[in-house]
Amino acid sequence: MDRVYNALKEIVGERFVSNQQEELYLYSRDPGTMDPVWPDYVVMPASTEEVQKIVMLANQEKIPLVPQGGGLVLSGLTIPLKGGILVDMKRMNRIIEVNKNSRYVIVEAGCSHGLLQSYLNQNYPDLRHSLPDSPPISTVGGNVCIHGSGHLSQVYGFHSDMVNGMEVVLPTGEICKIGSCSTSPYWFARAPLPDLAGLFLGWFGTTGIMTKISLKLYPHKRMKDVMLFLTENPEYISDIIYKVTDTEVAEDITISCAPKPDWMDGFQLTSIAIVGRNKAELDFKFRTIRSALASYIDSREGGFMYMPPAMKHNFTEVPLRSTARFADVKKGGGFEYVGAIMPVDKFPDAYRAGHEIAQRCETTYSLSARIIGRAHCMMFSCAYAFNRADKADVDRAKQALHETNKAVLELGGIPWKAEFPAQQLILERMDPNTLRLMEQVRKLMDPNGIMNPGNWEVK
Amino acid sequence: MQYADIVHRCFRCGYCNFTSDFQDFNCPTYNKYRMLSYSPGGRMWLINAWLNKELQWSEHFADIMYSCATCNNCVEECVQNKFNSYLSEIFIAARGEMVEQGLVPPTVRDYLKNIQLSGNPYRAPAEDRGKWSEGSGLTRFQNDEYLYYVGCVGSYDERGQKMALALGKLLIKAGLSVGILGSDEKCDGNEVRVLGESMLFEELARQNTDQFAQLGVKKVISLSPHAFNVMKKYYPDYGAGFDTLHYTQVLWELIKLKKLNPGQLEIRVTYHDPCYLGRHNGEYRAPRKVLQSIPGLSLVEMRRNRKDSFCCGGGGGNFFTDILGSGPDSPAAVRVKEAVATGAEVLAVACPNCAKMFEDAIKVEGLEDRLQVRDIAELVLESLKD
Repeated sequence: MDRVYNALKEIVGERFVSNQQEELYLYSRDPGTMDPVWPDYVVMPASTEEVQKIVMLANQEKIPLVPQGGGLVLSGLTIPLKGGILVDMKRMNRIIEVNKNSRYVIVEAGCSHGLLQSYLNQNYPDLRHSLPDSPPISTVGGNVCIHGSGHLSQVYGFHSDMVNGMEVVLPTGEICKIGSCSTSPYWFARAPLPDLAGLFLGWFGTTGIMTKISLKLYPHKRMKDVMLFLTENPEYISDIIYKVTDTEVAEDITISCAPKPDWMDGFQLTSIAIVGRNKAELDFKFRTIRSALASYIDSREGGFMYMPPAMKHNFTEVPLRSTARFADVKKGGGFEYVGAIMPVDKFPDAYRAGHEIAQRCETTYSLSARIIGRAHCMMFSCAYAFNRADKADVDRAKQALHETNKAVLELGGIPWKAEFPAQQLILERMDPNTLRLMEQVRKLMDPNGIMNPGNWEVK
Repeated sequence: MQYADIVHRCFRCGYCNFTSDFQDFNCPTYNKYRMLSYSPGGRMWLINAWLNKELQWSEHFADIMYSCATCNNCVEECVQNKFNSYLSEIFIAARGEMVEQGLVPPTVRDYLKNIQLSGNPYRAPAEDRGKWSEGSGLTRFQNDEYLYYVGCVGSYDERGQKMALALGKLLIKAGLSVGILGSDEKCDGNEVRVLGESMLFEELARQNTDQFAQLGVKKVISLSPHAFNVMKKYYPDYGAGFDTLHYTQVLWELIKLKKLNPGQLEIRVTYHDPCYLGRHNGEYRAPRKVLQSIPGLSLVEMRRNRKDSFCCGGGGGNFFTDILGSGPDSPAAVRVKEAVATGAEVLAVACPNCAKMFEDAIKVEGLEDRLQVRDIAELVLESLKD
């Protein structure tokens, strides 16, 4: 009998471990374009202690461990590049504590964004957290591991900036607390201690497995509207964003550009979400933003677009169901995108590059950007739908993604949640001392090299 | 396989696992097993891989496919509105492929054998089919306005028989022109269809539609939402020319017409929407109206209700094949605990399968002192006692 399988069964129970082809097949791939690599086992722990036992087993057996949240990263970060044990964290989905007055929630890392949203709506209607555009099964842990962003990121930054603290199982099996919870019963901040969260955020699970997270919550103003501003010149976008963020009354700001419907071709549609406790507050914000963009309206270089209330739902819904619908554009169940983190003033260059690459790769362009912070940067996305039943089409999308990653780096941006080939492009350009520091950190923390190997490693 | 051209279009985004507000996983198999393979999206990808020969059939594959309760939560929640309505049908089509290739799990094989041999899943004699009705006052259908169709569970299962009898007595009390088929009644075939045996289903559908036509049946009252579903939606393909009603719809009409006047019943009740009445056929109102018409009855809703109702785990043939299984995480066990959390003392049902599933779960969970399962007809009948 399989020794590792039996040991895993001992840890989590028979129902939550598998070495059967059906589970190995599904966990060998994600909905993006990366080629599958089969794990040897899939396991679903229910507690930090079970995670710890799995990590100790993996060290003993020198077998890779790949933690997975929602499994929807699309860029293959939880494809087990060197096989091993795939650790699906979604059984660890408990909401442990809400501290209302300090506005934070402690959740298990496998808690889905959907579950947290629903829980807060029902029990703490005045509080909310920032949701990514990914489907509701995406997890809090998975999302902060990749520096995710969401509908409150324009105001409060990356989701990793919203982490107050965490509990982590280190690659050597110790359970470690990060932030105020390391010293206090309260999980309120990472300051004033040395910020060790940076050892885990953005590392794609290569430095440990997050098991609990304290996430910042924010006031929930229930009234919501969206203002849609149309322009036909990408050169204006960074100034428009500057003017709108200068008002400090906008919430989520996104820009989208697509050739369908036909009249949209060539336009940039800036969507500005506003929220308020009452109509007067909404009206004030509406007027303030309108006034900030008056010069564009007066010169007829831009204008607000009327949208019937029913259609506004497509812009204000959180999470945005239409994101997943993009996968059916080619009736093929697939899409992937390069999300580049880059300065906002690079919008026109990125816009042109996106068009050129789409044309060269014989696919349609679908460009969008989300503003992060007060225009401190943006996540610029070039999305490519593909038909997963047509290998040539998948390869075309893969090529377009690769070219986009290269173009992004040439523009001074950095691909977000970069797939393995894009990680190599990043590491090639990285300052050698930074790269060496990353390697030293990995070696020190993970002497047996078991944590999601292949990622953030020079080939 | 039918729908083979659609299967690859699932993105596996996971909306299908949830309720509409994401408060909980609402796919009964995913909620129990949590592995991706037991989610609707996982099934779609596995079927695609099997059809493409990336995966070989295995017993585990068959169990994954047959554990689906066809509860239609995925149909309700899938965001891909160009093909989401086909999801359950795709799973049924994959089962159909396994039936054709002789690759079904043993309990499915046995169920289908029993229907073939005995005309019912219990291998019981046909002449026993109408025994439940003894003493009810119901007579054989003879140019009546309504045919009361009871189905296999109502005819043979002890719990189902109680429901069948309660409803029969109510229909008589209301003075309805109604008859039954007794030993001539045949299996409706809903479970045969969803288990993928399309040939046998066609045969049953034809037998029933022919028999009903010969007898001049114009309106059918179905005890089970399963029979209601198949007769309403699929029998017309075989020439059915009758209307099918679920019994709760009939009871509500009878109450509105004052042909039934429910009496006082001081109880706190929560109602479970059966999948084949609710999500499959959109009937959420009539059962609640009937319950609310009982003076003194206080109706409280479970967290998951109406289109977000959580399946009892008995759909998709699982009532008979038991592939989804029991235990503390079984759908029925989860659901009875949810019912208890409302503070209700009665879990009202409108389906004999649900009644049986929940009664078993209450025993396993040791909740007999806190919750009783009562069918809506039983509650109305009890209210009329005085």
